[in-house]
Parts: sequence; C-alpha cells; structure tokens
Amino acid sequence: MAAFVFYLFAAAAVLGAAMCVLQRNPVASAMWLMSTMFSLAAIFILLGAELIGILQVLVYVGAILVVFLFVIMLLNVARTSSDLRGPASLGATVVVAGLLVVELAALWQYTPRRLAADIAQAPAFADPARVFAAGAAARQATAAQGVVGALAAPLFQTYLVPFEVTSVLLLAAIIGAVVLAKRNI
Amino acid sequence: MKGFLLLSILKMLFVFTVIMVGVALLTLLERKVSAWMQNRHGPNRVGWAGLLQPAADGLKNILKEETYPALATRTLFFLAPAMSFIPALLLSAVIPFAAPLPLDFDFALGQLGRFAWHGAMPMVVADLPIGFLFVLAISSLGVYGVALAGWSSNSKYALLGGLRASAQMISYEVAMGMSLIPVLLLSGNVSFGAIIRDQQAGLWYVLPLFLSFFIFLVSGFAETNRLPFDLPEAESELIAGYHTEYSAMKFSFFFIAEYANVVTVCAMVTTLFFGGWDIPGHWDEQGGVLQTLATGGFFFLKLMFWIFVVMWVRWTLPRFRYDQLMALGWKVLTPLALAYIIVMCVAIYLIEHVAGLTDPTLRSLALFGVNVVIGLLVFGLLDSGVFIRGADRRPAASEVVG
Amino acid sequence: MPENTFLGPSLALSAILFSLGVAGVLLRRNAIVLFMCVELMLNAVNLAFIALAQFHGAGGQIMVLFVMTVAAAEAAVGLAIILAIFRHTQSVDLQNINLLRG
Repeated sequence: MAAFVFYLFAAAAVLGAAMCVLQRNPVASAMWLMSTMFSLAAIFILLGAELIGILQVLVYVGAILVVFLFVIMLLNVARTSSDLRGPASLGATVVVAGLLVVELAALWQYTPRRLAADIAQAPAFADPARVFAAGAAARQATAAQGVVGALAAPLFQTYLVPFEVTSVLLLAAIIGAVVLAKRNI
Repeated sequence: MKGFLLLSILKMLFVFTVIMVGVALLTLLERKVSAWMQNRHGPNRVGWAGLLQPAADGLKNILKEETYPALATRTLFFLAPAMSFIPALLLSAVIPFAAPLPLDFDFALGQLGRFAWHGAMPMVVADLPIGFLFVLAISSLGVYGVALAGWSSNSKYALLGGLRASAQMISYEVAMGMSLIPVLLLSGNVSFGAIIRDQQAGLWYVLPLFLSFFIFLVSGFAETNRLPFDLPEAESELIAGYHTEYSAMKFSFFFIAEYANVVTVCAMVTTLFFGGWDIPGHWDEQGGVLQTLATGGFFFLKLMFWIFVVMWVRWTLPRFRYDQLMALGWKVLTPLALAYIIVMCVAIYLIEHVAGLTDPTLRSLALFGVNVVIGLLVFGLLDSGVFIRGADRRPAASEVVG
Repeated sequence: MPENTFLGPSLALSAILFSLGVAGVLLRRNAIVLFMCVELMLNAVNLAFIALAQFHGAGGQIMVLFVMTVAAAEAAVGLAIILAIFRHTQSVDLQNINLLRG
C-alpha cells in the first residue's frame, strides 16, 4: 500500500518536472512545478517528515511559487516561439544528464543494509538498527513529543546559531528585494 | 485497517454532503439576513419561505451557456475555479465537529474482508497531528485561483482585480498565521483535538487570548474577501474584479468557494477560540453517543452564530479603500500580532514558572487580566485615527469664510 | 526501523529530479523559467536529505528547513533582480543580457 502511494507520487513528480522544463508558457511551467512540489510534500509525509511536508506546501507552494506567478504576470512574459538554446547547450545537457542517469542506476539498488555496511565497513556490523541509532532516537522523540516537538529541541538547542543567522539573512533579503524592485529609490 | 477505511469513507460522505448543502443554503441565508436587516422579505417565492431558491439558482447556472473570452488561455481559464474550489472544500476535512464516538464492531463481509474498530472514533475526517498548519497551508492555496482567474481572462479589469485580490489575501495571511501562534503557545500542540481538550479543561481561549481572536477575525474577513474588505469583487469596483469574464457553472464554483471559505473561517474561530464542540461545564464528559450528539449540535449552534455575525457585519459596515486595507494589514495587524506573541510569551512564562499557576482555569484568568490591560491600550490607540485616516473632514461652518 | 524506508527509490527520484533541473537550466533562455529549474534542483536535494534523515536523525530535517528558508530568500532577491533587469532591457531573454561580454 505504501509502495503504491510512493510510486504514484514519484511518477507525478517526474511528470511535473519534465513538463516544467519543456513547457513554453511560463505560467504553465509554474503550474507543473506546483504539482511536483505537492507530490514531493506527499512523499515527505510518507517518509516520516510530516512537519517538513506541510511546511513544503506552506512555504514553497503557498509563498515562493506565488511570487513567481506574480512576477510572470506583472512582466507579462508571453509564450515565445522557441525558448531553447543552441546545439552547444543541447550537447552539454546530454552529457550532464547522462552522467546523472548513470548515478541514478547506481543509487537504485541502495538499501539501508548496504548503507550501514558502507558506513560500518564491516559486514558483521551491517545491521541498520544498530548503526543508525540517531534515526531510532528521532523516531522515539516524535512518538513522545509529537511531530513539532521532535524538531523543536534540536532546532533551538543544537542548531540555534544557524537559526539566528537565517533570521538575519531573511531580513537582508527583504530589504534587498524592496530596494531592488523600487522604481526610484 | 479496513474498519478505519470504512469509517473514513462514511465520515467523508457525511461532511461533504453537509458542506455542499450548507453552502447552498448559506447563499439563501445571506439574502434572508440582508432582507431582515433592510426591513424587507427576501426570496420567498420558490418553495416554502424560499428554501428551494438555492436549487433554482443551481439549476439556472447549470443550464446557462458557458462563455469564455476569445483570447483567453483555455486551460488556465478552466483550472482557476477548480483551484479556488478545491482548497475551500479540503479545509473542512480537519475541523472536529463532535466529541469522539466510542464504537465497537467486528464483522466480516465475505470477499471484502474483516472490518473491525474498537474504541473512540474521532469525529474528524482526518485527525492530523499537524492540524492547524494544514489549514494555514491549504488556505494559502486560495490565492492561485484568484490570480489565475484574473490573468487568464485576458481583460484589464479582471487582471487588476485579480492582482488586487491576491495581494490582499497574501498580506492578511501573514497576520492570520502570526495571530495563531499564541494559541499554540497556550495549548502546546498543533493538533485540533489537543487544542479542544485543553479548552475543555480550562477556559475557552477567547478569554486569555482576546487580541489574538480579534486579529484572527479581522484577517479572516480579509482572507475570504468579505465586507468590509471586498473591494476586489464588489459590483461597483472594477466591474466584478477577477470573475468578470466568468459565467454559469464556473462562476458558481467561485461563489461556492467563497462561502465554503466563510464556513471554514467560522469553524476555525469556533474551534480555536470558543472551544469547538466543548459544552461549558463538566457534566458532559462521560463519553457515549449522547455526548457526541450534544456536542455536535452545540458546535453547529456556535458555527451558525459566527456565520450570522459575518453576514451581519457585511450588511452593516462600509467598504475599506484599497490603500486603507493594505495599511491596516501591514502597518497595524502584523506588528500588533508580533508584539502580542512576545507579550504572551513573557506573560505565560511568568504565570507558569514564576507564579507557579499551572491549573488551566487560573492560568486563563490571569492571562485574561493581562489581555484587558493590553486591549485598553491597543483599542485606545487604534481608535484615535492615527493609523487609518478616513476621508478629510469638511471645514466646520465657523471656519468657512462667508 | 519501519519496514520500508524507500531509501533507494527516494535517492533515485532525487537524482532524476536533479538531472531534470540541470537540463532545464542548460536548455532554457527565459530567466524566470531558469530560476524555477533551480528551485526544482533544491527540491530534489531536500528529498535526499529527508530520505536519509530516517537514518541519521533530526539533523536532516532541520537542514531541509534551512534550505527552504534560504530558497525563499533567494527567490525574493533573484526575482527582484529580474524585475530590475526587465525595466532596463524590456526582456527576460538571457541572450539579451550580455553587457559584460568582452
């Protein structure tokens, strides 16, 4: 059941991404990207990250894509006859995408047991439950404190400095965006 | 597992039916309430006291010709009403409408397998652990329907109306989200079930968090484009705003979406600030079918009261101008919500850890006192005309040089 | 450990989405669509972090939180830059933005 749901949303995500890259109309690109992000949010929830899944919808779909849509509508970017770059770009794309597809084939068969074995570097210790104690601890925290509580403790204790720095970064971004987009400063 | 699936399907059918019929009857209720306030009758020809009027309207919209502008983008033009309608209905899936119902059954249906359920069934379609974050996320999707409707109509008025409406919605989303953080601070949990249980144990959150309730109510009006914030869709402004070019069924989708959003905002106010399905007093906590029915009925009464208040405000207050609207959202409500979070954090810390009052009722009463003080300050300042200026006063008769 | 953590398929999906994003960045000329492909790449990386967070603890999810925040900031500033360029050259086609070409 879970496998069916995962592959359904994975297929939807790949379809959305492909259509986003290939559509000529920028608004259509934005809509297909929205469908990809929804599918990814569903996959996040399936992988046990419920808070991040719903934040993906709230932040990416609900805010960032709305900004994209506004800019496309305000600039009135029309659909062009052909948006693609020349043969040199096409060649570079084939090379890069080809390398990534090779990487994909290598990743497909990666199981937790192999991951554990690679990390522990000894087949005797390749038991995922023993090597990944941090994952088990995170699951216990979710069961004990709820979905939000399990992330709150690390965020405000271990990662407090990046959190505060990010807030300063957001302030700088707001000021920068307002200044850059004004007509006359 | 299969018992859960069966119960979920039954709940979905029930909630969907109630919402669709309710929204249709709300259109009639709006016209009847406005008629009552304007000292006239309202629709009373179709069916007894006009009760079949929504059916007649629906039939008319189905039979009307579907038009679309010649140069409009066809796909997006069809997609926009759906993008407005789907999030509005999706939100009704997470609001709990009655106390949990204890059920106990175990039967097998031949080929289909064994259906079993033991214990209390929560009366929500989806009892999510991330309750009101889901509501915030899905209500921010309503912007897409409006923006796409304005853009794909390929008409100046529709585009301007769509951009105005979506700018208004995203401005008030910020204030709405921030005003709900004190609720999270008090209850310690984002799931609706836990919030209602906390209100059941203590006082309803409207008392300890009055300013939060006020900001949420005003932002709710602005989010759903209801008067006094309905500049984007008023008939005398910009023709009809973003749904100028829509007719028939697509238009009625927008209409249904607006009323479904009104129902959702009222349900959120009821659940977060007025205890949801909680009946005041402790006589109702023994579980059972009677409690479920009583709490369901009480939730419905509270919901209808708030829907009536929303309609009452619509037919009483005049409209805000667009710059007054944006000034209110960004310059008044957002800083107020932020300052309120900080004040509440400090107050809750002092009350719980310094004064040691952990009993929910006492804590709520103490916070109510804090709120009275802050409320007097805030409303006194807001009322002095510093932030929102009305039209310029006419010079008094003595000042006019005669 | 839940019985199916979808590690292999998640990483594979992340690789597919990332390569589609890279292909988009290399192929498209419209600046805004290019930006959207960059967001697609960031999403692919988020998926990889979440898939591995099931094993390595909450640090993965916190990293995703920060990536989302920085992506929001970057989108705001980047689109403001595109707006400013559009006011100057009246187009968002990347071939027309070549004032620094030697």
